[in-house]
Amino acid sequence: MNILTCIKQVPDTETQIKIDSGGKGIQTADIKWVMNPYDEFGVEEALRIKEKTGGKVTVIGVGPQRVVESLRTALAMGADEAIHVDDPAADGGDALAMARVLAAAVKGVPFDLIFCGQRAVDDDNAQVGAALSEQLQIPLLSVITKVEISEDKTKVKVHRPVEGATWVLETSLPALITTQKGLNEPRYASLPGIMKAKKKPLTAKKLGDLGLSPDQVGEAGSKLKIRSLTPPPERQPGKIVEGETIQEKGLLLVKLLREEAKII
Amino acid sequence: MAKGIWIIAEQRGGTLRKISFELVSEGRRLADQSGQPLAAIVIGHQIGEEAKKLAAYGAETIYIADAPELAAYTPEAYTAVLAELIKANEPDIVLGGASQQGKELAAKLAARLSTGLAMDCVGLRLEDGLLVAKRPMYAGKIYAEVVCETARPQMVTARPNVFAILEPDTNRTAETVPVPVSLKPEDLRTTLVEELADQSGKVDLTEATCIVSGGRGMKGSENFIILEKLAAIIGASVGASRSAVDAGWRPHTDQVGQTGKVVNPNLYIACGISGAIQHLAGMGSSKVIVAVNKDADAPIFQKADYGIVGDLFEVVPVLEEEFKKIM
Ligand SMILES: Cc1cc2nc3c(=O)[nH]c(=O)nc-3n(C[C@H](O)[C@H](O)[C@H](O)COP(=O)(O)OP(=O)(O)OC[C@H]3O[C@@H](n4cnc5c(N)ncnc54)[C@H](O)[C@@H]3O)c2cc1C
Repeated sequence: MNILTCIKQVPDTETQIKIDSGGKGIQTADIKWVMNPYDEFGVEEALRIKEKTGGKVTVIGVGPQRVVESLRTALAMGADEAIHVDDPAADGGDALAMARVLAAAVKGVPFDLIFCGQRAVDDDNAQVGAALSEQLQIPLLSVITKVEISEDKTKVKVHRPVEGATWVLETSLPALITTQKGLNEPRYASLPGIMKAKKKPLTAKKLGDLGLSPDQVGEAGSKLKIRSLTPPPERQPGKIVEGETIQEKGLLLVKLLREEAKII
Repeated sequence: MAKGIWIIAEQRGGTLRKISFELVSEGRRLADQSGQPLAAIVIGHQIGEEAKKLAAYGAETIYIADAPELAAYTPEAYTAVLAELIKANEPDIVLGGASQQGKELAAKLAARLSTGLAMDCVGLRLEDGLLVAKRPMYAGKIYAEVVCETARPQMVTARPNVFAILEPDTNRTAETVPVPVSLKPEDLRTTLVEELADQSGKVDLTEATCIVSGGRGMKGSENFIILEKLAAIIGASVGASRSAVDAGWRPHTDQVGQTGKVVNPNLYIACGISGAIQHLAGMGSSKVIVAVNKDADAPIFQKADYGIVGDLFEVVPVLEEEFKKIM
């Protein structure tokens, strides 16, 4: 099986996010960047399938030079090849614009399955996988926690948790799967893995190589635009419920919830 | 020119879900402001009667796509039906739910229609006819206002439990319009093999109005019984921090936070949870937060509306007793 995994680089989840002076983006100096946590599940699942069925795992990332780090991490985990779309015009687009870049980047790369994270933990958008499935006209399976490839490798069966239930869905390959926590435990890159990764092919591409023009991608090619960013509403500092005994505290809390917060 | 506000209703097993009523209510408010007509679309099989319930909340037209192949939701078939209907009628605004099903469907549909979609919105307003949507980014560390200026329809999904449901008015009526359904083989590639019901029978965390959550301070899976007992009294669902999930005490589906579920209850009671930034990302917009922690310096107290400093194994049973007296 030939498997593609899309990787986004995002600020580490501990990062304090600050709005930049333009008011439409964030300050990126001093940010520690990591592979989007959901994309790690995609890399891991691709590797597990390859280990069972043979084939090849290719990882794809769009963004500035630093994205190479995340691609190398995936290669060190065991992916075979990486494609890096490194062109400033491709950055900052909405899901449609980003899917256009990814679809162009995978043109000519044979695949049976594509993994994307169910969402990226920066823009929390949950759309790129769906938009890519539309561009490529292949079935979409979202927020998946279990993947089973059929014996003859023509179909895939998945588990998809929804509110109060799990759907077991089946579709034909090629297909696109977005990953959810619970799918697997991503492996760490081993030292030999890291050494080997240095020699694995990592191809950098510009928009021109993909047959795209700058106005089709990035902000210029986006339908949805950010008008402003603001910090979230501040929560008022809370009350510590005091009392001589646990009983007193409990009684007072319930009273406060009922009479002050009016929530019970 | 594009005209009208549409909501994509959500049904499961032939019953409309709560999010559908939230959507039609918010659609009504927007329609009243802009003077546009409000329509709802219901897709399923033998759902005509159920669909009519949306009239009482202000839907003036109810489109009903009814076919055996549409009984259970699948992204390809539902997208195909919606895309055709939207292309034919050109509504100005389309609202969907930011539920598991709604997010996927809206994302696929927006891509097919080549329009902008604002996902998981917590506020909507009209400004000179343009829909300005407010949505959290970076796990709620930033709120963005986004617009779709040129493409139509303007599409958004609404976060569950955020938009208030209107009082139903049974004097209101709606015109029902059957939608002709013709599906191509590629629309039916994906099938639902089976639905495994969640055994707990509890309201899913993303839809719960009351949640009791436990963290590493719970010390073991067996102790969650005290949270279950408290939850039973106040009608809550039980959640967990990642530490509790990674320790194997609770299933992944119970995790609240950045890599778990984003929840919006009226009341969130965090027991033995320190309040790490990734946990706050999932529950920080709860209306009222209560923290029970034995460490007075735990960061959760900075975000909690009410805190009890104490051993949860003593506090939780007392809360259960006190709530029992008043519920
Ligand atoms: C990429 C990434 C994603 C993450 N995603 C999530 C996520 O989605 N959700 C999430 O929750 N975390 C997430 N985390 C983990 C997060 O950083 C914290 O490690 C986690 O939330 C801590 O869980 P906890 O509060 O239960 O445990 P701890 O931080 O260990 O806190 C336990 C608390 O229990 C208190 N306690 C102990 N015993 C008692 C007692 N008897 N009575 C009262 N209080 C007691 C202690 O004082 C302490 O404050 C993520 C981390 C990363 C790096």
